[in-house]
Amino acid sequence: MTATTEPAKVRGETILAVDQLVKHFPISQGVLFKKTIGQVKAVDGVSFELRRGETLGVVGESGCGKSTLARLLMRLETPTSGRVTLEGRDLLRATGADLRRLRRNMQMVMQDPYTSLNPRMTVGDIIGEPFEIHPEAAPKRSRRQRVQELLDVVGLNPEHVNRYPHQFSGGQRQRIGIARALALRPEIIVCDEPVSALDVSIQAQVINLLRELQDELGLSYIFIAHDLSVVRHISDRVAVMYLGRIVEIGTEEQIYQRATHPYTQALLSAVPVPDPEARDRRTIIRLTGDVPSPAEPPSGCHFRTRCWKAEEVCATQDPQAVPRAADPHPSACHFAEVRTEA
Amino acid sequence: MTQNAVRPTPASPTPPGGHLLEVRDLHVEFRTREGVARVINGVTYHLDAGETLAVLGESGSGKSVTAQAIMGILDSPPAYVRAGQILYQGRDLLTRPEEERRQIRGAEIAMIFQDALSALNPVFPVGWQIGESLRERAGMSRADARRRTVELMDLVRIPAAAKRIGDYPHQFSGGMRQRVMIAMALALDPKVLIADEPTTALDVTVQAQIMDLLADLRRDLGMALVLITHDLGVVAGVADRIAVMYAGRIVEHADVHALYRAPAHPYTKGLLESIPRLDVRGQALSSIRGLPPNLMAIPSGCPFHPRCPYVQQVCVDEVPHDLVLGDGRTSACHFAQEVHDDRDD
Repeated sequence: MTATTEPAKVRGETILAVDQLVKHFPISQGVLFKKTIGQVKAVDGVSFELRRGETLGVVGESGCGKSTLARLLMRLETPTSGRVTLEGRDLLRATGADLRRLRRNMQMVMQDPYTSLNPRMTVGDIIGEPFEIHPEAAPKRSRRQRVQELLDVVGLNPEHVNRYPHQFSGGQRQRIGIARALALRPEIIVCDEPVSALDVSIQAQVINLLRELQDELGLSYIFIAHDLSVVRHISDRVAVMYLGRIVEIGTEEQIYQRATHPYTQALLSAVPVPDPEARDRRTIIRLTGDVPSPAEPPSGCHFRTRCWKAEEVCATQDPQAVPRAADPHPSACHFAEVRTEA
Repeated sequence: MTQNAVRPTPASPTPPGGHLLEVRDLHVEFRTREGVARVINGVTYHLDAGETLAVLGESGSGKSVTAQAIMGILDSPPAYVRAGQILYQGRDLLTRPEEERRQIRGAEIAMIFQDALSALNPVFPVGWQIGESLRERAGMSRADARRRTVELMDLVRIPAAAKRIGDYPHQFSGGMRQRVMIAMALALDPKVLIADEPTTALDVTVQAQIMDLLADLRRDLGMALVLITHDLGVVAGVADRIAVMYAGRIVEHADVHALYRAPAHPYTKGLLESIPRLDVRGQALSSIRGLPPNLMAIPSGCPFHPRCPYVQQVCVDEVPHDLVLGDGRTSACHFAQEVHDDRDD
């Protein structure tokens, strides 16, 4: 009936607000009498807003909590604390029919197109499965037609509706995953590393598809990836995560041109650029050591153990992600500065 | 289709001493129940002492299989070398008995793999694994091997090497495991190191550390390095020359600067245009249409023709031979010169 509420869909208004989201996984010991001996702080106080029609890129290295964040937003994990507001309603406390309705509005594309599709289901059944859970999204008679429309939208042959996943290549499977995410006409799609398993020539096809779909359907994306070049290409705003926290967030330009957090600067400088002339021009900031364990993050600023700017204050005071004098976008560093060398 | 006989490499005249390592017109096929997949279809490349050759290609292009053929670690069945030569210091490895190849493996040509965790044995300490070839092959005593192992771990910049020698692979991070792999490969002081996607599984900051390490080691130890990768960015940072592979052939072979400045094969050109660049924010990415070929039914003529924007009738009918352009670069395209001159900037 009220499948889509037409009025008041203003591009740029806040559609999803995340406030101090925390997920700690307990580390337990013992076989019979399990006792908790520690916490893995996978997501440790993350706040951001997603606006209608925009793409928010989330970047970070493995273990920074970006995939846990995605799973929390989808309510595949229960957060330890925090608030997520979707269209003004509290997503984390919603239950029953209310939760189902909210879930329709937010769908996910997974990283691995090989394991995220059931090999025993036909493509038609995979894409049509959301209609089983949300029968109101499409009447039974029109489902097959809707599935074929979806195949067409993502650039696959609608006649292949009875084929199985193994008959498709990696890029085509990712398109199937996208079609499934689109089935319920969501407004938000959480993409968790959607192209990292694909070859370069195929990756470009999928990125272009995601962009076209956004333009046509007015979708908002949370685009999680470790590849900074891909994220820059598709994102309007970018959040950089390190050990469960957002250390810097801003527009694509603020992050890539005027990053003020040392971690972002190091990350950007380490990305290999496909231009041999550039290897002499660029100076790579070499970070020493590895990312500390999220079970025992350093006190104060989590990044201080690898940071060349670290001083006493970094160990004692937690830097907040607030706009800094160097550039007016939130950056969690006591010594936020724009890097002068190109 | 692949019967275009052995042609001499037009790319580079063989120096008097010959190349350190040379692959000549190699053909490898996989005989499976579903049919015969022609995985390598006439690969020719060479490597001189102290240089870095990058072999670039997407999955299924045959870049790793070529390396496995050089190492002599192809799984047969299903893989069979159908034709070709692999010359190491003038000796054709493919005609040598297994015992001789074993002597070359590790001591002369060593290899590191993408996934260090599955390449290391989880039930032995890393020091034991690094020292294995020192004890078994170099005949060192346990004490000597242990001493040399610590040196090797220092060489690959594993902090507190002497303390960590007894640690197991799971106690190391991804980057450190890859360093262990490198230390293991360097144990017998090889002249050629083949690195198969050494940084693909690693984060960017760690990737930069490992690439630096490989470049330094190559320089300090005077090794030749074959870097197998799908990442055009990684290649640009370290390689001297690049061989681009597609459907089991080398489609373009050039100096790294020349190739990035003006690619002479439509596939290379398409690849370069389809990667998002960190330093340039572009509009829609131009992508290569279609899919990589099925190796059991490689298209006639030029294997790239169904995806190529330059395609003409001749591409469907005739396999393109390597066209030599200036400064020793080659391109296996009927229209190499046009592609090379066709620059839209």
